Amino acid sequence: MVHVSATPVLALRGVSKRFGAVQALTDVELEVHAGEVVALVGDNGAGKSTLVKTIAGVHPIDEGAIEWDGKAVTINKPHDAQNLGIATVYQDLALCDNIDVVGNLFLGREIRRRGVLDEVEMERRSRELLDTLSIRIPSVRIPIASLSGGQRQVVAIARSMLGEPKLVILDEPTAALGVEQTAQVLDLVERLRERGHAVILISHNMADVKAVADKVAVLRLGRNNGVFEVKSTSQEEIISAITGATENAVTRRAARTNGEIKK
Amino acid sequence: MSIDKTSTPAKDHTVENSAAASGAATAVDPRLLVREQGFAGYLSEFKRKMKAGDLGSIPVVVGLVIIWAIFTSLNSNFLTAGNFTNMAVAMVGTGLIAVGIVFVLLLGEIDLSVGSVSGVAGATFAVLSVTHGMNEVLALVLAILTGTVAGAVHGFFFARIGVPAFAVTLAGLLFWQGFMLQVLGSNGTINLPADGLVVKLTSYYFSDVAAAYGLAVVVTAGYFLSAYFDNRRRAAAGLPSRPLNEVVVRTVLLAVLAFVVAIVFNQYKGLPLAVVIFLVFLLLTDFVLRRTSYGRKVYALGGSVEASRRAGINVELVRISVFAIAGTFAAIGGLFVASRIASANQGAGAGDFLMNVIAAAVIGGTSLFGGRGRTWDALLGVMVIVSIQYGLALEGVASPVQYMITGGVLLATVVIDAVTRKTQKTAGRA
Repeated sequence: MVHVSATPVLALRGVSKRFGAVQALTDVELEVHAGEVVALVGDNGAGKSTLVKTIAGVHPIDEGAIEWDGKAVTINKPHDAQNLGIATVYQDLALCDNIDVVGNLFLGREIRRRGVLDEVEMERRSRELLDTLSIRIPSVRIPIASLSGGQRQVVAIARSMLGEPKLVILDEPTAALGVEQTAQVLDLVERLRERGHAVILISHNMADVKAVADKVAVLRLGRNNGVFEVKSTSQEEIISAITGATENAVTRRAARTNGEIKK
Repeated sequence: MSIDKTSTPAKDHTVENSAAASGAATAVDPRLLVREQGFAGYLSEFKRKMKAGDLGSIPVVVGLVIIWAIFTSLNSNFLTAGNFTNMAVAMVGTGLIAVGIVFVLLLGEIDLSVGSVSGVAGATFAVLSVTHGMNEVLALVLAILTGTVAGAVHGFFFARIGVPAFAVTLAGLLFWQGFMLQVLGSNGTINLPADGLVVKLTSYYFSDVAAAYGLAVVVTAGYFLSAYFDNRRRAAAGLPSRPLNEVVVRTVLLAVLAFVVAIVFNQYKGLPLAVVIFLVFLLLTDFVLRRTSYGRKVYALGGSVEASRRAGINVELVRISVFAIAGTFAAIGGLFVASRIASANQGAGAGDFLMNVIAAAVIGGTSLFGGRGRTWDALLGVMVIVSIQYGLALEGVASPVQYMITGGVLLATVVIDAVTRKTQKTAGRA
């Protein structure tokens, strides 16, 4: 590994995870720095979700080490991850449709004043948070149900920012979104980076990865299959790493002349 | 790793991006639904809500006006002070139980046992205080706690064991019915003393005219002050607030309503104690649901259980507590029912009673699908139910027809609820 600048916020060293007879992750390495977006890509079943769940504390790792700010830590429960400063936004949004934006942002950690919900303070802070993230939604007092898919995703991400996490994990944030909504979410990802958060972005969409990620970590069959710097890597190279096609001049040429990519 | 091409993090484009972002933050999205200030803004907001199917209490209020108009035209005795006061007192028992049902409906669940539990509370009080001569206050508290425990037991089986609430409370309906009969014993009916605590609950009136007017003043002033100070805090925090003239208009409307009701009460026997207690419970539960984090959790569970769990809400505890609340209100309501007939008898909580309670909550506008509703719905709904009962009774219509008409009204309400949901879905609000 070529080490850049400071210590990574999160580093996985030789992480393995096994479910019964299935070896889900083998010797996986991953580094994420502050202010860096690392895209985690791989085919279905490559172990992306499992890897994220080990970081989020849903599945404790079997072997290997997790380093946080250079210090070895153990993450056994979702709570451990939260305490370290890891926020995870899952694919299926965890929002309540019937509650307004403010209520959803502060769900489970309401601000109280003399034992009563402090709606004024929560609304003020919600606006502040949405403003700093340049998130625009019709009103913070309308139910989540009236928002578009992109706006909901953006609210879900903003919700994870309330705890001032150092690392934000986004699981397929643009999966079900239209073109403009995807752009909104990608804008937000860039803003997270500007604010110095480390971001792990899981995505199937190469265009998204090329658009916002700094590095791409490829997983294949539960193993590392390369970490690329996005700027100097072509989409074909990443895709052949994902699919496992041997990377050489011939395949690259074939892909170019055919004008399409073998899945 | 052989193909590792990690290099310096992208520092160069960070600067220009943040400049662009701060510029964008100040621009206002043209699609924003910014509410205009003043009356025009209020009107356009109202129109938008109507189009989106956000009807709120309007259908039930319109329905109530129609029902009253029909019965008044049929029988001039319907809208007299005496009949109005009697209806007001009659609706307290059913209404209080419906308040508990609103809590359960907010979770998207149902409690079928409240009728039986209300009967148990009446019987428990009667046996403890009349048969065993226990102190009335103590017996009252124990009777209410019986309901709390019954509800908590239902909640336990639902939340911890995972039995559907429908099945648990159906079992509860049968069990508590039997329990009540067992407690009442061979006598079957226990009469309550006319000057006793429980009978006074519905028979006591504040005959001094100042009481009703005073309450109207307190309610109006309380509403105005809380709205005013809330607005001031919002304005101080730089948040959009309601214009003062809107607050004044709302206060005046409330004042007119409160004083009309007070005048009607004073034309008969005065302000009924039962109505005061009902109002206190309505204010209290509304406060809990809308202003406390507990209430927020109840709504959240009605919206999405998974989201609530991920937000760290103790789902089981909230569920058990909601059923305990339903049981508690069933018991309190049961005491008011016993109070009106001045006895605890074997028929308590039977017949159409349970259905009327659930119908009241639903007719008032609480959604059967969870997450939407207020305890004030119980008041509106029970007004409809009791108005129909009293109106038809004045006409001398037999109970079979009463059942059919109440059933029709309930169906209409549920249809409105389902259609509203559909409209809201198409308008993206459900």
